[in-house]
Amino acid sequence: MTAPFLQNLFPNIDDWAEIGHACIDTLLMLGGSLLLTVLIGLPLGVLLYLTGRGQLRAMPKLYAALSLVVNVLRSIPFIILMIVLMPLTYILVGTKLGIRGAIPPLVIGAAPFFARLVETALREVQQGVIEASQAMGASTWQIVRHVLLPEARGGLIAGTTVTAIALVGYTAMGGAIGAGGLGDLAYRYGYLSYKSDYMLVTVVLLIVLVQLLQMLGDRIVARYTRH
Amino acid sequence: MIRFVDVHKSYRVDGKDLPALQPFSLDIADGEVFGIIGHSGAGKSTLIRLINLLERPSGGRILIGETDMTALGDAELRAQRLRIGMIFQHFNLLSSQTVADNIAFPLRLAGERDAAKIRTRVDELLQRVGLTEHVNKHPSQLSGGQKQRVGIARALANRPSILLCDEATSALDPQTTASVLELLAEINRELKLTIVLITHEMDVVRRVCDRVAVLDAGRIVEHGSVADVFLHPTHPTTRRFVNEALPEEAAGEHALYAHIPGRILRLSFRGEATWTPALGRVARETGVDFNILAGRVDRIKDLPYGQLTLAMQGDGVDAALATLREAGIEIEELAR
Repeated sequence: MTAPFLQNLFPNIDDWAEIGHACIDTLLMLGGSLLLTVLIGLPLGVLLYLTGRGQLRAMPKLYAALSLVVNVLRSIPFIILMIVLMPLTYILVGTKLGIRGAIPPLVIGAAPFFARLVETALREVQQGVIEASQAMGASTWQIVRHVLLPEARGGLIAGTTVTAIALVGYTAMGGAIGAGGLGDLAYRYGYLSYKSDYMLVTVVLLIVLVQLLQMLGDRIVARYTRH
Repeated sequence: MIRFVDVHKSYRVDGKDLPALQPFSLDIADGEVFGIIGHSGAGKSTLIRLINLLERPSGGRILIGETDMTALGDAELRAQRLRIGMIFQHFNLLSSQTVADNIAFPLRLAGERDAAKIRTRVDELLQRVGLTEHVNKHPSQLSGGQKQRVGIARALANRPSILLCDEATSALDPQTTASVLELLAEINRELKLTIVLITHEMDVVRRVCDRVAVLDAGRIVEHGSVADVFLHPTHPTTRRFVNEALPEEAAGEHALYAHIPGRILRLSFRGEATWTPALGRVARETGVDFNILAGRVDRIKDLPYGQLTLAMQGDGVDAALATLREAGIEIEELAR
């Protein structure tokens, strides 16, 4: 069922459906982990921002502790983080392999990174706007919900795009230790079996994916940013 | 009434207490426009922020009506803040929201959920500040003056009894400044709310304020009615501010007075005295000669005033001055 010209171009690839599957696996891992990364990283980033020096709820000790955890998680190379986390992954999702097994380390690797981007984006919000909201009688939660997050949404969306792209890289790395997806394909066929056409196709697909994510992110940022 | 009772404020920087405001007491009456003038770093931003407790005093009490602001818990303080509007030098509007949503924001904070009521109030406010056609724009599409009008509408949304103005016209050009000040004066007249403003421009004080306090290095060095302070400044800092508003004084004319024959006098007219031909009449009656060196006729808020610097000579000068004083004209002798 494969078109003849594809057969000539990529002689080793006999099952395009497998590539399709790998694509879907990568997208599932990306989608699932991105969603959880945002759900965990956004509140963490807000907490980092609020407890920082001179901010609304400055708590130097809590900030220092959170900051340390974030820095530690960010400084471990992802491939090592995955291996170190395997026991925890097993406890959390009942497997160390496949899409489900990949998601916990992806989230734990990416959430601190995203949290830092959130913190930075929130710091870009003018202090005066926050002061004005306090003067109007807004509570800290109201300021977060109605002032900080909407005012920083350009930066937050840009941060989400950067994180999504980092996650694409992480999922590919995850392939090396049994996570599945395009990375797994590239590693097994491309690297272990010297089928360089597999490698080429996977790389091209990853490039396309990253491009699409960036374009989508830029478009949403442009739509929501007004200055 | 806003009362400061023995209030002082210092900041803790690197383990040391840095005084920002020396202990002071001050009353601001209901319905008046009270100006606080000072150079940057004098403590005026701190002072105005003490009123809604954006800055906590290091000691003393701040009373609004019967309420001791310094004794309030978080929730009570937020409830009080709903009744105190504030506008800012850089407007501080939400850039992600439309004009209508910016003005609706304090209403929503106050717990208003009824969209129709919000809409009606926003329309009312836009009408008051003259921005009805800009309701769906974003702040970035507005000029500075228009942004400040949105700021004013937002500050008035919850019908506050106090409006705080933090250098509200400092980022605006002179014409826009005049129109924003006119709007503030109108709001003060019609809504009877108390306005407290801080500025570094004497002209702003002269145009809209009833009373003024002069702040210098964390200390209130002079306060009183604007006419008193403006026409008879005593503290050097006040003099400098007043001189900025009277360019001929700033130019160092005083040095020339030594070479001018006669006694150098400054006459201040207030209110109706400004429009009476007292000087000409007195000169005719007493036979003195006078020469006008500098002068202006203007208004302090709604009060007309005139100030003339004269060289006066002749035998009848003392008699002339006595008659002028009787007519309610204040006289200062600059040189003789």
